[in-house]
Amino acid sequence: MNKSPNKKPKLVPYPSNSFVTERDLDKPPVLETVHLGIDFGGLNAVDDFSILVGRTEISGLIGPNGAGKTTVFNLLTNVYQPTRGNIMLDGYSTAGKTVAQVNKMGIARTFQNIRLFSNMSVIENVMVGLHNRMPGESLLSSITHLFGFSKAEKEAREMAIDLLSFFNMQDLASANAGSLPYGAQRRLEIVRALATNPKILLLDEPAAGMNPSETHELMENILRIRDTYNIAIMLIEHDMNLVMNICEGICVLDHGKVIAKGTPDDIRNDPKVIEAYLGKKR
Amino acid sequence: MAKFKNIYNNCMNKITSSGVVTRKDLWTYAMLAVIFVAVLVSDSLGLLTRQLTSLLVPVCCYIILAVSLNLTVGFLGELALGHAGFLAIGAYTSTLFSIAVQDTITSVWVRFPLALIIGGVSAGIFGLIIGLPVLRLRGDYLAIVTLAFGEIIKTVATNITVDLSKTTTTSSGAEKVVEQGLFGSAGLKNAPQDSTFIVAFILVVITVAIISNLVNSKYGRAITAMRDNRIAAEACGINITYHKILTFVISAFFAGIAGVLYGHNYTIFKPSTFDYNMSIEILVIVVLGGMGSIRGSIIAAIVLRVLPELLREFSDYRMLAYSILLILLMLINSAPGLAGLRAKLSIKNAYLSIKNKVMKRKTAENGGETHE
Repeated sequence: MNKSPNKKPKLVPYPSNSFVTERDLDKPPVLETVHLGIDFGGLNAVDDFSILVGRTEISGLIGPNGAGKTTVFNLLTNVYQPTRGNIMLDGYSTAGKTVAQVNKMGIARTFQNIRLFSNMSVIENVMVGLHNRMPGESLLSSITHLFGFSKAEKEAREMAIDLLSFFNMQDLASANAGSLPYGAQRRLEIVRALATNPKILLLDEPAAGMNPSETHELMENILRIRDTYNIAIMLIEHDMNLVMNICEGICVLDHGKVIAKGTPDDIRNDPKVIEAYLGKKR
Repeated sequence: MAKFKNIYNNCMNKITSSGVVTRKDLWTYAMLAVIFVAVLVSDSLGLLTRQLTSLLVPVCCYIILAVSLNLTVGFLGELALGHAGFLAIGAYTSTLFSIAVQDTITSVWVRFPLALIIGGVSAGIFGLIIGLPVLRLRGDYLAIVTLAFGEIIKTVATNITVDLSKTTTTSSGAEKVVEQGLFGSAGLKNAPQDSTFIVAFILVVITVAIISNLVNSKYGRAITAMRDNRIAAEACGINITYHKILTFVISAFFAGIAGVLYGHNYTIFKPSTFDYNMSIEILVIVVLGGMGSIRGSIIAAIVLRVLPELLREFSDYRMLAYSILLILLMLINSAPGLAGLRAKLSIKNAYLSIKNKVMKRKTAENGGETHE
């Protein structure tokens, strides 16, 4: 296989009418959805959503308001049960699993409207994310604070500090999560999601409400997360600068249907996408 | 002063650095220890009236009830209105057990721990039976179901008769019947009086320790996370139903333990005591002490149990004074308009302002010295 001379990886067609980055071609895809769809009453909120996400791919999900982007995230994390279709996470179907079980299987997400545990401290928020990674702390050791409790707790605390220092937030560890500035709250949500050790991280509008310099920092952070933890990242975003710069594959939704898939360059010049965003030429 | 503070900080750090006890809990234990010593000393000096000594075990009972209900209401954020039902289950099962084995197991030190286990576990099982279907749902279903549960337990107990009476022959040869067991609405009769203040106090300490330890562990974090934001907690991989049921069962278990104490203290009690009012009374203690504050629950339990007895002299106005006090406390505790007053009255703020003044004076003095 020829390596593409461009900096951006080349996309290779995949049997299921989806694309995957060339880099991830020899590994099984981390996430694959097949004809996914959900109806709310008579409304087809999402229909025939088929997508493939490579092991270390950064993919974008864009579309006008009300296109069903967040609904897709809710489907992927089993907040909604799909009416049609199937989701394969790392080769396993997530059908019939609870939200918590899907998280254990390897999907972590952030929320469009920030959902932190605002009465808890920053480090405690991260440690909630570490919950399933602390097998050393059993119920017995929790109620007695003996039998390896201190060790498990100390390890978790160190892990949490490590994760926080990834975003340079270690000094805020004991601050109240609700009192953090907006940008820090968004970062903390990402740290908390990373703490659950995901295979794919779903970011719902991570740059919403951020100024250009913060957005730039976020872009670097997203790339750093991918390179450090070797995970796939999928993001919903309205900031086209961010999407076009860091996403390798982009999927455009409109009225619940996929209208285009491809590299940023493909998407930018796709007449259907331009029509969905700007309206039809008369 | 500074030296003393250093020593104090060092001690505190040494105790808390192991992670076994947090600094906040340490104050709770210290408070309990002070109360314990104060009660023992004033009792030995004969300062306590009969009325007050008879209140000691019931107050401990209510502390356990309030702290355990706080776990459900304060930390888990689910409203439960049937705590008296679990108390009743603990009381009845354990006292019936004690009556049944009274002759075979004569040692209190064997019989009472067994009664505690039986009372606690049976209340816990009922907690599980209720929690399994109800805690899967979202919303106020737990309040409705526990409310009904409390009434059902009361009604069932009024309609059950378990006659464990014994006939004993006195020395003169005449036969005498000792009424023992559960006699429907007439209540339970003649259980052995096994609870003492010391035992009750030890149980209070164990309850407070276990519940505050649980709250300060990964389970506690999961529980509070669920209360703060259920959707986010779920997305963090926390099994909501499991943690809810676990918390509720632990809460019910300790209510059962309180029931064992209750039953073995009064020895005679009617099912009608475990009614809706009693559940509400426990809830009032939790709300007044502050949701999610274990120390608050302890203080409120003591105040709300002892106060009505102290106000007995004004028996005509007792309920009036009690309710006015409740209203005032609620207002001071949570009225937004009184936030300024609260800040003024707060001990922490007073301490800080004194500290600031001292610091200022010190810097002023130092400044003066340098000028000279």
